[in-house]
Amino acid sequence: MPDNNRRDFLKGAGAVAAATTLPLSVVELAFADPAQNFTFAYISDSHIQHVKGTQFVRNWDRGLIRAVAETNLLTPKPDFVMFGGDLAQLGTKEELDHGAEMLAKLNYKTYMVMGEHDYYLDLGEYWSKLYGPHYYSFDHKGVHFVVLNSILTFDDWTYNRWPTAKQRMLEMAGLDNPNGSPFMVGDKQRQWLAKDLEKVDKATPLVVFSHSPIQKIYKGWNFWTDDAEQVQALLKPFAKATVIYGHVHQIQYNQIDNITFNSVMATAWPWPYPQSYAQAEQHLPKLTVPMNRANPFFERDATGWQFIDVATGKVAMKYNLYNNTNRVVAFDPATGKPLDSAFQDLAKQIPPQVHY
Amino acid sequence: MTRKIAAAALATLVAGVLWSGLVVRADEFTKKDLERWDKEYMSVVQKGRELWTSPDLGTNGVACAQCHPNAANTHPETYPKFQTQLGRVAALREMINWCIQQPLEGQPLALDDPKLIAMETYVAWERRGVAMAPGKH
Repeated sequence: MPDNNRRDFLKGAGAVAAATTLPLSVVELAFADPAQNFTFAYISDSHIQHVKGTQFVRNWDRGLIRAVAETNLLTPKPDFVMFGGDLAQLGTKEELDHGAEMLAKLNYKTYMVMGEHDYYLDLGEYWSKLYGPHYYSFDHKGVHFVVLNSILTFDDWTYNRWPTAKQRMLEMAGLDNPNGSPFMVGDKQRQWLAKDLEKVDKATPLVVFSHSPIQKIYKGWNFWTDDAEQVQALLKPFAKATVIYGHVHQIQYNQIDNITFNSVMATAWPWPYPQSYAQAEQHLPKLTVPMNRANPFFERDATGWQFIDVATGKVAMKYNLYNNTNRVVAFDPATGKPLDSAFQDLAKQIPPQVHY
Repeated sequence: MTRKIAAAALATLVAGVLWSGLVVRADEFTKKDLERWDKEYMSVVQKGRELWTSPDLGTNGVACAQCHPNAANTHPETYPKFQTQLGRVAALREMINWCIQQPLEGQPLALDDPKLIAMETYVAWERRGVAMAPGKH
């Protein structure tokens, strides 16, 4: 596997790449036969927000516009693009249309993940008109990909709790809102997943995309999936299983049994790590060396992009962070977990990685 | 007018001294007082939380809580501190104003505006229990 550094990968991106963050992810899957290697890009959490009329929040627009432009400049060209959910902020037709218009400029086949901000106004109805089913799977060059809708919740909360759809959306949109409700994949979808995976050889590399982490980190901000253990149980038979998720707007990584977990960056804004909320009981994976604390004076700081190699079916995330030192978080076969190549050793961590 | 107010104030003061000498001692307060002060304080915390989550504080619908859920990553215990980006020591409320102007695309509040005080109160409440660390980065 050649070490694709940013310079190689982005030749041709030129001034655009140099100007600011690269808020997208590139995934490269490497196999014994290099002819089978391929890449895909990953853009997530754009939170396109309608102000009024034809006006949208400029800051969030810029994040997505840049990600799309840079993805189109990638060399080598990715086979497809994933969008990791939360295209919209409040799920309106205006926001989804405006986001779709920007995503339509991508020169590649694009696969979509559902986020809670896309869903809770009309329960994904308009999103479906644009993008189709809420969960599905596909195969690409020997890898089985699964896209889950992991942001569902209790039926009572969804159908009975709120007088209007708009209020339901607003209640779920507030990350720290105590009136929110925990995310889950749910029985119906887990049954579908079990059936979908039945026919897949257990030696096939499996990559699952979800919006929320399929693990439990901090319930108060829904860095959480309520039935995470039940979903994990379905992935455990696979020798090479990886979950890539959005929602958290920050670098996280973890290893649970044979399943490797990696998060992707947002194009819109970064979120604090849960340990910076003094009242929170949280479980950020001990493995995770945090991204640098964001400097708000740099509008696109603490967003970024990453190469993700799945050499021999395991994941190496190469985070390219415009305003910070680049990061590599690679699966280490010796310890059986993902490790940061530079910062994993506590003595090598730097002051901006301290979140308090 | 001013003289009238001064006279009234003096009268109140005199009356107050006489009265308090009879009924209230300045160094004593009751459980009821404590409850009242806490209630007053928490009502301002609540007001601050409402402003923190409000789409109407700026002009573009963005709320403080969008980037700072539970006011996290605001570090009120470290202020006032040197802000490299401003090139001087700044108070927390100045940074709140900075955010109102930039990401929220709004107008800054007066530094003694009750709204700004309420937001500062809310931020501090979410940070309760954390040791003071002025100047820390």
